[in-house]
Amino acid sequence: MKTIRFDQIRDAIAGLCQRANFELTADMRAALQAGVERETSPLAQNTLKRILQNADIAKERSLPMCQDTGLVIVFVDVGQDVHIEGGTLRDAINEGVRHGYKEGFLRASVTGDPIQRKNTGDNTPAVLHTEIVPGDALRLQLLAKGGGCENMSRFKMLTPADGRDGIVNFVVETAKLAGPNACPPIVVGVGIGGSFEYSAVLAKKSLLRKIGERSALQHVAELEADILKKVNESGIGPQGYGGKTTSLAVQIEVAACHVASLPVSVNIECHAHRHQEVTL
Amino acid sequence: MKNEECKMKKTEINLPLAVDVAKALRIGDEVELNGYVYTGRDQACARMFEMLQGGEKLPIELEGQLIYFVGPSPAKPGEVVGSAGPTTSGRMNPFLPKFLGLGLRGFIGKGYLSQEVKDALVKHGGVYFGAIGGTGALLSECIESVEVIAFPELLSEAIHRMKFKRFPAVVLNDASGGDLYAQAMKSEQTTENP
Ligand code: SF4
Repeated sequence: MKTIRFDQIRDAIAGLCQRANFELTADMRAALQAGVERETSPLAQNTLKRILQNADIAKERSLPMCQDTGLVIVFVDVGQDVHIEGGTLRDAINEGVRHGYKEGFLRASVTGDPIQRKNTGDNTPAVLHTEIVPGDALRLQLLAKGGGCENMSRFKMLTPADGRDGIVNFVVETAKLAGPNACPPIVVGVGIGGSFEYSAVLAKKSLLRKIGERSALQHVAELEADILKKVNESGIGPQGYGGKTTSLAVQIEVAACHVASLPVSVNIECHAHRHQEVTL
Repeated sequence: MKNEECKMKKTEINLPLAVDVAKALRIGDEVELNGYVYTGRDQACARMFEMLQGGEKLPIELEGQLIYFVGPSPAKPGEVVGSAGPTTSGRMNPFLPKFLGLGLRGFIGKGYLSQEVKDALVKHGGVYFGAIGGTGALLSECIESVEVIAFPELLSEAIHRMKFKRFPAVVLNDASGGDLYAQAMKSEQTTENP
């Protein structure tokens, strides 16, 4: 049994919120840099260079890379031998978001009620996905998810007969509809299978993967590559200004599902792909 | 701006944007804007629209001006502005034809516009500039001053006057009907997977 204190979790989350917003991850930088080399038009190259330059400035000045500092989503793997002391996990995470956003001068972008639409003022509450796992560690994976790209995400209940082609068409269509609104180059997170709601969780979870890391399942990795190629043939390019780099990666997670169903969720992520993790 | 970027050839444009300068711009042109713009997004634009419907006088003169669709992150103590990149323009679609009709010269944002807005740009000789979404840190360095002009209760969404210095933008829709996004979508690419 390991005891983890409320304030340890709170402080870890506050730090992750800031680091995610200030520091673009090395895998994203490498993927953007590869885009600069792939592009032939000066406008597309300049656009990607500016995005990289923005990342430098954000890190150097501890400024958020984008003013939409996102809704916080945390995937927590709770070791079943962990005991949390001093308060609940949910409260610790929300306290962390509150501190992280306020002290980091990050914008509050959460409305408490989706219909009444009043800003909560401190970017809480976060969306939480918890899973109980073996062991005595607490793994916190945090995403700060922008609204512009999230808005371009889609779900569709395909039929098993739609098959692989149906999946490819739906994902490519979603990326094209997102177009410039999602601030390309985008990362396309896809969840296939599971159930209605679980496919969406998988799509979100796939975004936690390192860019360039393919699915361990051969047929899924091939599907990722095929979709990526098609999306990049769309011509949309960086920011929709035209070019070859519409998407940096397509990342698919799959799960078992009902014999009669083929749920597919597509979660669109922008180039300001902000995620960080820590294990306590 | 720190690296070789600032040496890239760009057309500098002084604001307010003169009619003939606006008319000469073409899609894909990379420009740098110098001078004053107004900021506004969902709530400020909606309020101005309502005021016009009700026959009220606007708190700002739209004639010849540009509106930047932005809601910056909070400025740190002693700094001019926080991260300040564009938000999605399409949410302002319902208001823009009316504003353009009153002489608004154009706006700065990101993402698709409705056909009505594109038609209004052509009709009134307006320009849609794109700023790179998600580069709010970089763009903040091109903003020299910020002051609240109207609707202070809207906080970061209030109408501000911003002074730009070499603010980088790209012409997305020009006054002669050019549409950069549409052109990009038509130019299917052949690519090798990265
Ligand atoms: S889509 Fe992403 S990069 Fe674009 S404005 Fe929203 S959070 Fe920023």
